[in-house]
Amino acid sequence: MWQELREELHPRGLELVTVALDAAGVTAAAPWIAAAGPRHPSLIDREHVLGSLFGIVNVPSGVWIDEGGTIVRGPEPAHPRRPAYKDRVAPADATAEQRERIETVRALHVEAERYVAALRDWVAQGAASRFALSPREVVRRSRPRPLAEATAAAHFALAQALHDAGAREDAVAHFREAHRLHPTNWTYRRDAWSLAGPEHERLYETSWLAEVKREGVENYYPALEMPE
Amino acid sequence: MLFRRATVSADEIERATGWHLAAEGLCRDDHCVPFAARDMDAIALADVATALGAPLVKDDRHGLWALGPEAGGHALASAIAPELDLPDARGRRFRLSSLRGRKVVLVAWASW
Repeated sequence: MWQELREELHPRGLELVTVALDAAGVTAAAPWIAAAGPRHPSLIDREHVLGSLFGIVNVPSGVWIDEGGTIVRGPEPAHPRRPAYKDRVAPADATAEQRERIETVRALHVEAERYVAALRDWVAQGAASRFALSPREVVRRSRPRPLAEATAAAHFALAQALHDAGAREDAVAHFREAHRLHPTNWTYRRDAWSLAGPEHERLYETSWLAEVKREGVENYYPALEMPE
Repeated sequence: MLFRRATVSADEIERATGWHLAAEGLCRDDHCVPFAARDMDAIALADVATALGAPLVKDDRHGLWALGPEAGGHALASAIAPELDLPDARGRRFRLSSLRGRKVVLVAWASW
């Protein structure tokens, strides 16, 4: 979905860099990258360094960086177009849980048109764009990092190393601790669940639906903080 | 950042964290925190963690230590984009700083 936008804006000075937050690395991400046939750098971040470096806790998230290497918008939801799940209708034979999940996904806050319009404006106007933030504002808006969330990052790193080494049960204990300490880090949760496969709800004693309901569906993708 | 021992060299700390040991203490970019080491080849990770305000988590069973990011501030300490050095699907490394001179939109996604 990003590809078209990149082809439109690349001649005007923009480059797109996509980063897959996948602990399973190439195995998980490469088929998607190959199918997209990207002409831009398409990278793989097994260790979620984007979390440590930028404070990214969910996908899709976008960060704007100007020609001098200064961030002018920090991490925020970055949808290039309205996702198909926003228009999905529950089939007649759906179970109550399937229906609730479809309705919850439809209720996620997505502002694709606004985001893309702002990106086009910044590419055209640069620092004069009303969507470009000052360095002070970029830092002010970036996620605070309390000790609990920094500790969650350490547990996530241990979990991934143990998973790679085949110590899967021990890995789950550290993934669970990362989830407990940083409950709104969806990349920690969903990547660990993905590694666990169909067993994940049993292993982690929770589900995406339960966690989204607990944290509030309106908080999953926070509203864009930008002028109309 | 993972370590297999509780005591590591200054070089290992720099490779893993970007913080290097200097006369002023542990330094990264133009920022230093007080730190003194008697032996450059035997620095306790716990002391580094305390100096940086970063958590250190140990897995006893597997003899592994993980040093988390510095706590207490913001994810972005400044608006200068941190260096990002990651592989593509073929294992070729790419550095974000190689795109200086162009605007960049960095997009995180996942297969899951």
